[in-house]
Amino acid sequence: MTGAGIILPLSDQQEFEVTMAITTQPSAEILVIKKTYRERAFMRVFRYIGVRLLTLFGTVVIGIYLTIMIANMGGYVDRIMRNEIRDRITQRIGLSAASQQMDPAVRKKLIEDSIALEEKRVGLNVPIAVRNFRYLSNALTLNLGRAINMTSDSGSKQVRLILLERLPATLLLMGTSQLFLFFSSIFIALSLSRNYGNFWDKFIIALSPTSAVPPWFYGIFLILIFAAAFKVLPFGGMVDSPPPANTFDYAVSVLQHLILPGVSLVLSSFFISVYNYRTFFLIYSSEDYVDMAKAKGLPSRDIERTYILRPTLPNIITNFSLLIISLWTGALFTETVFLWPGLGRTLFHAIGQYDTPIIVGSTIIYAYLLAMTVFLLDFVYVLVDPRVKIGK
Amino acid sequence: MNTFRNSLQKLFQYPSALAGLFVVFILIVVAVYTVIAIPYSEAIRLWRGGEEVWYQNPRFAPPAWTNYFSAKKHSESFAVNSLHGQIGKVVTPGNGGTSTIELTYPFDFSYDDFPQEMLLYFTSTFKEKQPFVSVELLTPDGRRIRIANFAIANEFTYRFSQDVKLLAKLQAQDVIPALFSIPNSETPLKGKYQLLITGTTFEPDSNMDVEFVLHGQVYGLAGTDHARRDLTLPLLWGVPVALAFGLIASMGTSILTMIIAAIGAWYAGWVDELIQRITEVNLVLPFFAILIMIGTFYSRSIWVILGATILLSIFTGAIKGYRAIFLQVKESMYIEAARAYGASSPRIIFLYLIPRMIPLLIPSLVQSIPAFVFLEASLAVIGLGDPVLPTWGKIIQDANSNGALYKGYYYWVLEPAVLLMITGLAFAVLGFALDRIFNPKLRDV
Repeated sequence: MTGAGIILPLSDQQEFEVTMAITTQPSAEILVIKKTYRERAFMRVFRYIGVRLLTLFGTVVIGIYLTIMIANMGGYVDRIMRNEIRDRITQRIGLSAASQQMDPAVRKKLIEDSIALEEKRVGLNVPIAVRNFRYLSNALTLNLGRAINMTSDSGSKQVRLILLERLPATLLLMGTSQLFLFFSSIFIALSLSRNYGNFWDKFIIALSPTSAVPPWFYGIFLILIFAAAFKVLPFGGMVDSPPPANTFDYAVSVLQHLILPGVSLVLSSFFISVYNYRTFFLIYSSEDYVDMAKAKGLPSRDIERTYILRPTLPNIITNFSLLIISLWTGALFTETVFLWPGLGRTLFHAIGQYDTPIIVGSTIIYAYLLAMTVFLLDFVYVLVDPRVKIGK
Repeated sequence: MNTFRNSLQKLFQYPSALAGLFVVFILIVVAVYTVIAIPYSEAIRLWRGGEEVWYQNPRFAPPAWTNYFSAKKHSESFAVNSLHGQIGKVVTPGNGGTSTIELTYPFDFSYDDFPQEMLLYFTSTFKEKQPFVSVELLTPDGRRIRIANFAIANEFTYRFSQDVKLLAKLQAQDVIPALFSIPNSETPLKGKYQLLITGTTFEPDSNMDVEFVLHGQVYGLAGTDHARRDLTLPLLWGVPVALAFGLIASMGTSILTMIIAAIGAWYAGWVDELIQRITEVNLVLPFFAILIMIGTFYSRSIWVILGATILLSIFTGAIKGYRAIFLQVKESMYIEAARAYGASSPRIIFLYLIPRMIPLLIPSLVQSIPAFVFLEASLAVIGLGDPVLPTWGKIIQDANSNGALYKGYYYWVLEPAVLLMITGLAFAVLGFALDRIFNPKLRDV
């Protein structure tokens, strides 16, 4: 997609993750000690794991700290929150019947005390630098804490519960669409690369620029056609209102609501994804050993399985694992357009309500998932590709 | 230069790329025209002016050309003013300083539905005695409907639909349909109507004028929104905004990425290491969440968002790709030669390394434009668009938050969406073709 030379069916950011996973070498030099091969290999792997874990952890720490800083805007959000608390409490006490008979001085003191209490609850009584570090250490230990303003549908203020409550919705939408996208594009790309240059191949190539359009944009057109004009599918949401009591009806209703956002997510990346995989497979099928296999007269299925899919397996696994962790972020804009109650929309609402704990909580989980995946992928490469050795 | 010409020739083998180039050219022309014809301050005044700017327009009116495609003709809007000579004005002096002013405006009405509203905006000059006005409507079948009689102040607005007395006299549900329909039916009466306003002034220097505004069901080239704003303005102004945002963001991102990659590859050591680490940290940062936070907490100005977008987009995967290629180029003979004769590091980076990469830069630059154009629209759609500027994304957001699709105002969403689509696809097909031309690996497949 960029001029990087390696063409992967990924966005820029994901593409980097792949290259990071593939090319990062440990900066530490390898100890040259006269030991048996086995011991040396063990040392090398051990050392590599140590360095890798340290750098990944450092990356996560800095990334999270920056997110916390931005989520506070260097104290700017504090001012907004302080004013908001003062407003709310002054109004509440001013309006309450009991305070009407109070002495002005007593009332003033009550207001100030309530404000101080509320600021303490939210955590505003601690200086911002200290609070940032508290957020950081809490985040790193996955102690996600309590939300400032948001509550889950079940009434809890626990960040963990708020996020967990929204997870199924996002998993349903992102999971179905992304898994479908992944497997269908690999399958179709393989069959296209088998007979490239035919009508369908050209058709996919011609349509691949349409993937510049983001999913929510397709969503608007789909809503217009299927919800507004033909009235066959719902405009948005996840289930009919009121929700059907019967489990079967409930499932059918959810499925109906899933179609439009799911299709728009698939539609917006389908063609570029197929195109990229197809090009990727074609590059690999122009290798000499593939020609050799063809010359030997092997059936094309075997050629594909042994000589094309096998060497591309690390890339495919990387894409797949990144796809799995991308489920966590949800689809912010698509969820917003379709009013889908997922994690992306929750994050958007949290930002709108200055709810730093939720923003940080969502980010730290993504960061950990990413770091873990990148770390584990190194070992997976060894399993699937005998040419790769850890720490070399 | 020769390679450039060769590439251009190859571009002509891709009809889709030519179409893209053509669309981009048209967009640039429109953008230049818009910025010159409707200067920034004028655009802001028209976009955020308030009721006194938009009073002539109906609400939620589709564009007038939709009439060509529908069997049912919707009434078109118009506004005429006696000050501009659009309404016939005859002044007859009377006795004792009084005079009679007759204002007549004949208009054709051959539509299948009724206007939304009719308004009369009077302006008058007098010292003590207010002019007195009576309004009548002559229908095609020869009826003469007396609308109202009233004295007017210096400025006076008469709304047909709000006149309770008139409603009682017409014995109907609504004033406007009653005025324009065949008596005792609900079908519109087509033909030539005439608005007759007879004013009497009671002082020698007293004068009066009127503006007659009819809010139809369709309006102008692009229609109007919930605030009576003419959508041609944001549609036109969306072009320069989208182009500027897309071009500046993609150019800033690609060029800075390339320079930083070159610096890292050239100096190696801790500089390179630092760039790598920053890139990895940037990966952890939630891109959209940060943009939304900046939009919510700090500023929704398009320039702030643009800057943040560029900053967050520099250290991405592209930097790794460029770095890998720079590391190869660094070892080539001509760089060694430059080193041997003592060229400085900046000279090598900017004059020898980076120019080698321009063929790779161009396709990726063009291909990243749509993403940024849509990013602006995406942010606008979730309510974080620039609060001042009229843009395509803002129209979609207004439409969405007013339930346009639900209520059937499709034009409101479709116009900006189609423009966005055309712009994004034009750059995408162009970049796609450029990629295949400049990227030797892709040439055969």
